[in-house]
Amino acid sequence: MKKSHILAIAVIGVAIAIIISTAGDASTYVNFEQASQLASTGSSTQVHVVGQLPKDAMGNIQGLENSEDRLSFSFTLIDDASKEQKVYYNEPMPPDFTKSEKIVVIGNYQNDRFIAKKILLKCPSKYNEQKLNAGV
Amino acid sequence: MHYLIGNLGHFAVITAFVTSLLSAFAYWKSTTLIEIENKNSWLQNGRFAFYAHVLAVLVIVASLFVIIYQHYFEYHYAYSHSSLHLPGQYMLSCFWEGQEGSFLLWMFWHAVVGIVLIKTQKSWEASTMTIFTLVQAFLASMILGVVIPGIDLKLGSSPFILLRDAMDDPIFKLQPDFIPKDGNGLNALLQNYWMVIHPPTLFLGFALTLPPFAFCIAGLWQKKYSDWIRPALPWSLLGGGILGLGILMGGYWAYETLNFGGYWNWDPVENAVYVPWLILIASIHTMITFKNSNTALKSSIVLVIAVFVLLLYSTFLARSGILGDASVHSFTDLGLSGQLLIYLLFFMLGAIVLSAVRWKEIPSTEKEVSTYSREFWIFIGATTLCLMGFQVLLPTSIPVYNKIISLFGGSSNLAPPANQVEFYSKFQLWFGVAIALISGTGQFFWWKKIDHAKLKTEISTPLLITLLVSVLIISIAKVYNVPYIILTIAGVYLIVSNLTVLLTLTKLNPKLSGGAIAHIGVGMMLIGVMFSAGYSNVVSLNNSGMLISKELPTEFNRDNLLLFINEPRAMAGYDIEYKGARIEPRHKSAYINKNDVELTLDPFKVVATKDIIFRDEKLYQAKDTIEIYPENTFYEIELRKNGKIAATLFPRVQINPAMGGFIASPDIKRKITRDLYTHVSLPMNREDEPEWGNLEEVKVKANEKFYVSSKYSSTLESITRIEEIDGVKIEAEDVAVQAKIKIQGEHEAYYAEPIFLIKNKSQVGRLSAEVNDLGIKITLLNILPETNEFLLGINARQKDWVVIKALEKPFINILWLGTFVLMIGFGMAMVRRFRDYNLSGE
Repeated sequence: MKKSHILAIAVIGVAIAIIISTAGDASTYVNFEQASQLASTGSSTQVHVVGQLPKDAMGNIQGLENSEDRLSFSFTLIDDASKEQKVYYNEPMPPDFTKSEKIVVIGNYQNDRFIAKKILLKCPSKYNEQKLNAGV
Repeated sequence: MHYLIGNLGHFAVITAFVTSLLSAFAYWKSTTLIEIENKNSWLQNGRFAFYAHVLAVLVIVASLFVIIYQHYFEYHYAYSHSSLHLPGQYMLSCFWEGQEGSFLLWMFWHAVVGIVLIKTQKSWEASTMTIFTLVQAFLASMILGVVIPGIDLKLGSSPFILLRDAMDDPIFKLQPDFIPKDGNGLNALLQNYWMVIHPPTLFLGFALTLPPFAFCIAGLWQKKYSDWIRPALPWSLLGGGILGLGILMGGYWAYETLNFGGYWNWDPVENAVYVPWLILIASIHTMITFKNSNTALKSSIVLVIAVFVLLLYSTFLARSGILGDASVHSFTDLGLSGQLLIYLLFFMLGAIVLSAVRWKEIPSTEKEVSTYSREFWIFIGATTLCLMGFQVLLPTSIPVYNKIISLFGGSSNLAPPANQVEFYSKFQLWFGVAIALISGTGQFFWWKKIDHAKLKTEISTPLLITLLVSVLIISIAKVYNVPYIILTIAGVYLIVSNLTVLLTLTKLNPKLSGGAIAHIGVGMMLIGVMFSAGYSNVVSLNNSGMLISKELPTEFNRDNLLLFINEPRAMAGYDIEYKGARIEPRHKSAYINKNDVELTLDPFKVVATKDIIFRDEKLYQAKDTIEIYPENTFYEIELRKNGKIAATLFPRVQINPAMGGFIASPDIKRKITRDLYTHVSLPMNREDEPEWGNLEEVKVKANEKFYVSSKYSSTLESITRIEEIDGVKIEAEDVAVQAKIKIQGEHEAYYAEPIFLIKNKSQVGRLSAEVNDLGIKITLLNILPETNEFLLGINARQKDWVVIKALEKPFINILWLGTFVLMIGFGMAMVRRFRDYNLSGE
């Protein structure tokens, strides 16, 4: 066997290993029901859940709770299948959180509670001015 | 309304597009015609058209600058990226904040590089410039802003569009000539000097990958299969250096400005430029191999093409909106995705088809390479770099797979790895180790023919030194994690082996030492990354065992810390204390206590209420008007170790509702061995009305000591009758007195001066005085002449607070120093190859 053949085989081997591990480590977009099922099988994989923050007529987010020391908070999220779920986040509330409508939480169920490791905000205002500040 | 400048700019865009096409056509004619006379006249035409194109590009750039600098807010670009109060140097950043401007920046660099290309070589001009000008035509089409009549297809997005055409606001129906008084301003994150130089550097790097691609394609096209490498190589080296520098500047900007606590986040847009850079480095190595031994020609061709195509792919990823929420570098989707895709596919398929057609004719050697040859080691190294890039590219493209699947009617719920940093690091670490070992060993084969026995003698001393140095580092810095130990050894080995080579070279020919120096830089960077990322240490770690919520049984460590003003907390060997909110004057470099100024009607101006002293220097007198940046608040955080001040940090929070609300930037205390890094996670909202506690009443006599909130020793120093309140004269029959109460706070004494007023002999008015830092409010409730006492009312509220996160980054300076060394290496290698090319007389 030529050395270049051995090398080629090694490269293909590493490439396949990379593909498999990427597929294994890739997260998925699911709803809370699926996330809960996944957790009940004993898996601790982190998943992405896209959801809406419930707001009242005044535009205030419903179900938002800050911890006493403000270092963590919890909120209610409604996923695409309209399931309401309380989500816990062990970081201070991102200051733009209250302006968000749709958010993505990355995390998993632990003891029937959804713990978010990361929150991605979709601010309607960001980079997308809808109205002129005509007054100024 | 200034129509002229916009029309001029737009006219120049169209001219730039047309002239680039004309130039491409002329250069193509010149390349393909046989007769020398025709060839030359078409070459002249091509050159003329290209110069006209360059002129047009300069006019576009100048017009856009005028619009931004003159604050012509009738233009969408000026309105959405600039504002009246923006400091001059950041107006440059406005230019490339928008997509159109960054395309323009890219075009500008291509124009510059094109001129250098024309000036520096003769025989390649027509063929390379054909490709060059075609690329320019695609770029110009991105900012064309022209609707093709008939099919109603919009080509490109012009930076010269008027606000009223860009935005659908009812005011334009009433008042078509409406011009806003001020713009939206520049994204606060980009108001940083690194953002003034990072984009131009990065785009220069982008532009520098075009010459090697153009030479390569021209070589394939003109069947000069191997001649193209010599002129292409110096460009690749320059590109590798500048692109690497641009990427690292971006990392440094992120470290200084963003609050994710590092310089590299494995964000898709970061990855999208990291991958082409890795392949560019691989291509440089195979090209050098070819120059030395006529092997690796085919791999050089493949890699050079791959670099350019990957850069186009990264442009597509960053600007088409396909990454959506996967990235922080969100460019607005300008509806250019179709155009970007055509740009990508045109050059990708064109290059693939051309190389496939020519593949059989490309000379290659069939001889087996020896394990003891440098070609073998370079080839292995280049392969590793490619795999390293592949590992990053594959997951980064997940949104693209989802899109493709959904185009075919399927649905995919694949998401990027949940913890990107952990995911990429665990692979890239081992690739880093492999690269260090391969290039460290490869050095021994570089300069000499070496066999098995010789290698043993050559390598034993460096190996011994490596082990000694590594043991020292590991034991002193306490690196006890096995992968990190291996990475340290590999990095040290890379440095030591290249130092060995460097020593020999300085005796022989120092001009050749660029490669060795660049490799030393890489070794230092590996070690710097290992320490700063692997041993980054949360100083504000809060393992108080508090629960995330009472409903949750799980305990968590917390990385953030709630600090009340002037109340120190002990954390990780430091005492951390929040000392108050500060603002920054516009014209002096200092921090001013927010309590020492009064707001005015103009948000950009405040008035000092007392003399402003910063670091023992008196900067302003009481009543001075100070110009400030109202968006910025700095939070003074003091870190003390063993009672001594270790650092005073001023992390910043910017609040600009027009630009997306809240942005926190860290402040970094730089020391040789470690950086101390602090940012605000959550600031107190001062606009919220505070909740005051119950009124506490105290009866005091003048100069009698009493306690406020049972901890602040206080005295009523005086009671004086006053004639006016806030500049308003008091009526003759009314009486007003003001108490002066001294309250000793944690660090300084504060004065509260509440007022008691009797109007019309019977009506009582009371003006309370608030001491912000102590969170108290004192009211003069009553005067009791019988006992010579005064009745004071005291309310307390929660003191001012801030939530912060503090990190220690050990040995991060090795990374920056390594970067610097790498750049020197690149520079030396490039100079050598440019000389080599000039001497060749082509």
